[in-house]
Amino acid sequence: MTIKKKTELENLSKDIRLDIIKTGYLAGIKGAHFGGCLSIVEILATLYSEFVHYNIKELEYRDRVVLSKGHAALALYCTLYEKGIITKEDLKTFEQDGSDFIAHSKRNIVKGQEFSGGSLSLGLSHAVGVAYACKLKGLANRIYVILGDGELNEGLIWESLMFASHHKLNNLTVIIDHNHLQADGTIEEVMDTAPLKKKLSSFGFDTQEADGHSVEELYLALSHPSDTQPSAIIAETIKGKGISFMEGKAKWHHGDLNELRYNKALKELEGKKYD
Amino acid sequence: MTDFNLKKYAGQGQAVALFGTFLPDNIEKYPGVHVLSADMSAAASLSRYIYQNPDKYTEIGIAEQNLVGIASGMASEGFTPIAIAQAAFISMRAFEMNRQYLGYMKNKVILVGLNSGLYLQYFGNTHYCIEDIAILRSIPNMTILSPADAGEAVMALDAALQYDGPSYIRLTGGSQLRTVYNEHCNFAIGKDIVIREGSDICIFATGACVGISVEAANILSKKNGIEAKVVDVHTLKPFDTETVDQARGSLLFVTAEEHSIIGGLGSALSDYTSTKRGFPAIMKIGVQDTFSKPGNYDYLMQQHRLTPELIAEDIFNQIQTL
Repeated sequence: MTIKKKTELENLSKDIRLDIIKTGYLAGIKGAHFGGCLSIVEILATLYSEFVHYNIKELEYRDRVVLSKGHAALALYCTLYEKGIITKEDLKTFEQDGSDFIAHSKRNIVKGQEFSGGSLSLGLSHAVGVAYACKLKGLANRIYVILGDGELNEGLIWESLMFASHHKLNNLTVIIDHNHLQADGTIEEVMDTAPLKKKLSSFGFDTQEADGHSVEELYLALSHPSDTQPSAIIAETIKGKGISFMEGKAKWHHGDLNELRYNKALKELEGKKYD
Repeated sequence: MTDFNLKKYAGQGQAVALFGTFLPDNIEKYPGVHVLSADMSAAASLSRYIYQNPDKYTEIGIAEQNLVGIASGMASEGFTPIAIAQAAFISMRAFEMNRQYLGYMKNKVILVGLNSGLYLQYFGNTHYCIEDIAILRSIPNMTILSPADAGEAVMALDAALQYDGPSYIRLTGGSQLRTVYNEHCNFAIGKDIVIREGSDICIFATGACVGISVEAANILSKKNGIEAKVVDVHTLKPFDTETVDQARGSLLFVTAEEHSIIGGLGSALSDYTSTKRGFPAIMKIGVQDTFSKPGNYDYLMQQHRLTPELIAEDIFNQIQTL
């Protein structure tokens, strides 16, 4: 990856983080799922800049991105906004009464949203069905699914992985936001999913590991999907990444920013400049 | 609405008629159809369909939640999935999936529940399904069809395939179904069929209980001089209130279902009539909120007083109290 490209992606990540903080702040005491949104920023930036083909005039051929970890919708909205797929007006309706842009997204493919998320593990099962259907239709596209690591507690995840492997869905890449936290504590304390790489491999997925905040490592992992099997990328991330008082804290799974914290967050983000 | 001659389905079980005969015979009429089952292809008589259309069948294995999820994904990509599993498991195990993928996201998937009610006999209570109507009724945008015999099941599947939304088709009675529609069935989703006129009371029945109720009505007529109207409620949702309005003059409403009296046909009728004046009381015949002592189908239907003789007897006794 060239330094220019790396800088571009890091700046985009910073912009997405700023959007998350600003939009989340607008929601006031209603709050937002800051932690889980901030941990997938580099994943979304890299995906949408380098890998996802989305053309509103040729939607059938698009790459599909299913955010199965539905509560990270705010991060998705901000990424779609940066990429011009949704408008500033759309983003401003976040968490307003009657809005389609709330904590969990609503399927609307002309606004870049593949799935009505929120109930964990359902996105994966649907996405596997999508991948299977795309294969039957002979499309040359790719289906990306973003999962949380707490989400791996759900049984339906494993049913879906088995199906994907059984049917050799090599057009599928599953990305796990491995931030090691869920609502009640660390995943190790609540429900330990280790050894994760071994589990995914044994379920027939070609599995790679990457630093989830390194656009270079993510780019490398995403560039090399398997030809014969579905692929998985375990992205090591930090919940709340980028905001010092949120990083690694289970309580920022969902929280609200007051003016003080908002200004502190802005300062931390705007202080970082990548040239 | 397509008009099929139902003669060849008379006397068959519903699954055999649908998947052994109807669907493979007519597959070209329904482009985009893709059948999925949770390890139920043998149970659903799909071997001929699969042999003739291997590219239109996918095995999901014993995973009803994933069955509905895969169907959802395929529906969103333009296929018309027919997802088949035992009624108990497709309704209960995958209930939340039915709600999210079909009700909320409106993916057009046709769910087929095999062997609903008590038909799985010696398999016991884990396999009986006395709650599918109750729980699926609570899902917005869900259509629920409960055909009375094999011929009506064919009409129901055809209607569901042409309908622009998700649906659930509940199959009952196995090979012991009484034939109600010999050649033609004027089927339209949401429009009940009055199969027997009668001015004294009105029996609303669904699925296998329709044929049974016609026999019960004949007994009431012969033995007691009581004339019962019999309505085939083949659509539990959306519920046909017009046909209910037309039966207003009855002394008594009776519902007959191979389902719990909580949440099923009796409750659906009561949901409507309780909102208006001028309707008679409802006598709900069905599974009275209990699990069953297992046995063969006749034994089970007797246990729950769902035979023609017992229905007639119970109705007669009820009328004496009015």
